[in-house]
Amino acid sequence: MDAILIQILNGLDKGSAYALIALGLTLIFGTLGVVNFAHGALFMVGAFCAVTLQRLLNISSVSIDETKKDFLGNPLKVETPYVENWFGDTVGSAIIDWSVPLAILFAIPIMLLIGYVMERGLIRHFYKRPHADQILVTFGLAIVLQEIVKAMYGANPIPTPAPDAFVGSLDFGVLVGLDPDSVIYPYWRLIYFLFSAVVIAAVFSFLRFTTFGMVVRAGMADRETVGLLGIDIDKRFTLMFGVAAAVAGLAGVMYAPINSPNYHMGMDFLVLSFVVVVVGGMGSLPGAVIAGFMLGILESFASMNEVKSIIPGIDQIIIYLVAIIILLTRPRGLMGRKGVMEE
Amino acid sequence: MSQFNFSRRGLLKGGAALGAGLAMPTIFTSKARAAYLNEPTGDTVTLGFNVPQTGPYADEGLDELRAFQLAVEHLNGEGDGGMISTFSSQELKGEGILGKKVAYVSGDTQTKSDAARASAKSMIEKDGVLMISGGSSSGVAVAVQSLCQEAGIIFMAGLTHSNDTTGKDKKANGFRHFFNAYMSAAALAPVLKNNYGADRKVYHLTADYTWGWTQQESMQAATEAIGWETVNNVLTPLATTDFSSYIAPVLNSGADVLMLNHYGGNMVNSLTQSVQFGLRDKQVNGKNFEIVVPLYSELMAKGAGEAVKGVFGSSNWSWTLQDEGTKAFVKSFGTKYGFPPSQAAQTCYAQTLLYADAAARAGTFNPCGIAEALEGFEFDGLGNGPTLYRADDHQCFKDVMVVQGKQEPENEYDALEIVEVTPRAQVEYAPDHPMFAGGELGKCNSGA
Repeated sequence: MDAILIQILNGLDKGSAYALIALGLTLIFGTLGVVNFAHGALFMVGAFCAVTLQRLLNISSVSIDETKKDFLGNPLKVETPYVENWFGDTVGSAIIDWSVPLAILFAIPIMLLIGYVMERGLIRHFYKRPHADQILVTFGLAIVLQEIVKAMYGANPIPTPAPDAFVGSLDFGVLVGLDPDSVIYPYWRLIYFLFSAVVIAAVFSFLRFTTFGMVVRAGMADRETVGLLGIDIDKRFTLMFGVAAAVAGLAGVMYAPINSPNYHMGMDFLVLSFVVVVVGGMGSLPGAVIAGFMLGILESFASMNEVKSIIPGIDQIIIYLVAIIILLTRPRGLMGRKGVMEE
Repeated sequence: MSQFNFSRRGLLKGGAALGAGLAMPTIFTSKARAAYLNEPTGDTVTLGFNVPQTGPYADEGLDELRAFQLAVEHLNGEGDGGMISTFSSQELKGEGILGKKVAYVSGDTQTKSDAARASAKSMIEKDGVLMISGGSSSGVAVAVQSLCQEAGIIFMAGLTHSNDTTGKDKKANGFRHFFNAYMSAAALAPVLKNNYGADRKVYHLTADYTWGWTQQESMQAATEAIGWETVNNVLTPLATTDFSSYIAPVLNSGADVLMLNHYGGNMVNSLTQSVQFGLRDKQVNGKNFEIVVPLYSELMAKGAGEAVKGVFGSSNWSWTLQDEGTKAFVKSFGTKYGFPPSQAAQTCYAQTLLYADAAARAGTFNPCGIAEALEGFEFDGLGNGPTLYRADDHQCFKDVMVVQGKQEPENEYDALEIVEVTPRAQVEYAPDHPMFAGGELGKCNSGA
């Protein structure tokens, strides 16, 4: 029971990242009809927003301590963050400690801007081009973003810790009536799952309950008709591209303490997220979310030693296996619209 | 007017001959009249530094490249001379090698064997290099070493830790200064016994390639020899970034030690995630749960941040050593680049000097002369105390550092502290040890 519970938690956690990235991908495909291979890079840029804020908050004044030596035997340069100088040691160090959650506020405008510039500056020129061209150009863009990040931050992973209050693990087993220590789960991974649930709910609420969202949904269903009503649907879709970029970015920001950000983390998630979108159904937002969590949990169970001892390597192929089965039996995916991805 | 008469048979024969000619690597066709491949005729000699400049080990590769550049400067009499003055062999005078100025070319291995071989082949054929050095992956080292053997070029391996490099895949033209997985295990096991006792149950997570396999095999043998029981060994694909699914089963396995046979980004992620899952806060079998990382590097320790505190591992060299060679190298490297060198940098710098010194002692750039000069060569002053380049397998034997993540680091370069310098005698093994069995050193190839 405890082994199953912990794999469900792991699956929800992986599924959170898949679902958030797939949600953004689906938003872009559903509104603009663009297959955005740069979406994983936006996830990576989000994680580096957390790194950047952490570094900005650690910008320091330098003083020389003659009593200590550096590695070359020269007087030691002591660095004190300006934040601590301005707000005092306690408040200043708390601000630095909370750099990841604070990076959410930092990342939203940046990701909206990146999304806007990407769409207006490049992607809009490819709306009427074949999907193959869109894939090529967005994949190229992903590599450019990746190389820029590598040039700026190096190739090694950069530790970006969660606030001290969330370091450590919760005895989850006790909460559900199991023995103490049977299911231990890191606080931050639980927070990541809750955070993704909130973001998903916010996106759905925005589309469901705001006039803006309703127009966007109408545009997704029938762009021409909405346009004929005198509504500038293109402008709204551009904004939705920004929202999709922000969702990917937020997924990256909060993921930073789970896996230290590195320049290729976007590529690690991109292919899997596309599989999630296809399984969920191209263009279906609920499909992307459900498939994300479903495949996350399946992948997690497939990685159990007991399962791998029966079918070696199943953890590496389970997602693709499920995708093949679903696409063979239901070409439009679990919740895809009729006519998309099927004859 | 010429006439051409084609028959089908003639065309096939001609095509086959042309194809065979084109398929034959030029390194096997362009050397007929030379005493050895790429024999230098001008006033320079070119060395090839093949390091990962892109990919997950790029930081390590770039540090290696810095060290190579520094070594070339010192060989040419520029800079402060670094370890040339502390090197026990006093053949190098800062006048190049054998009177020729040292030039170099660099290539990008991308930490991929095929890319590394292509880069090395280009250096040999187009740039005329006489020696190739570099690395940061045992898979790459084995592949490039094999190419150098075929071509007739000396390979001075950089960072490669798999037993296979000087075990079943050893080659007469290949030489390794870096230590190996067996040595790590031999140095670590006694320290682990002293700190954690002889009654432990250990669970291995292992990177699924040559280095991971030999690392795990070595650690299992060494820890079982001190009384530890091996509970499980789970292979993890190199592309894994989220290890949560692998760590979760450890919690209920009955193990009280987790051995992470991972390197680079894999280790950074698996270690930090193990700590996140509360493994280090757990008590199992009445003992504190412990994590061990058999192979550490400074760059990895920096990447793992807080998670390395208190975790034991081994290291080929540390910039905090206090011998004269280390002090000279750290001063030289630190002054030029502003931070201390990594163990990858040190081993690459040492390999370059060792090659140059061997050429000077042999009085030739002929790879077979250099190989002869390196075989059985004993030296000191390059950072690890007295060292032997064993003739049987071209493996260096020297003291091994056992290190531990520092609890209170004073700066970002201070993540690891040396807890023991394991004497060379304790990590030595017979050339025909079962973990190094198979394969033949073969004969030196000069490419002539």
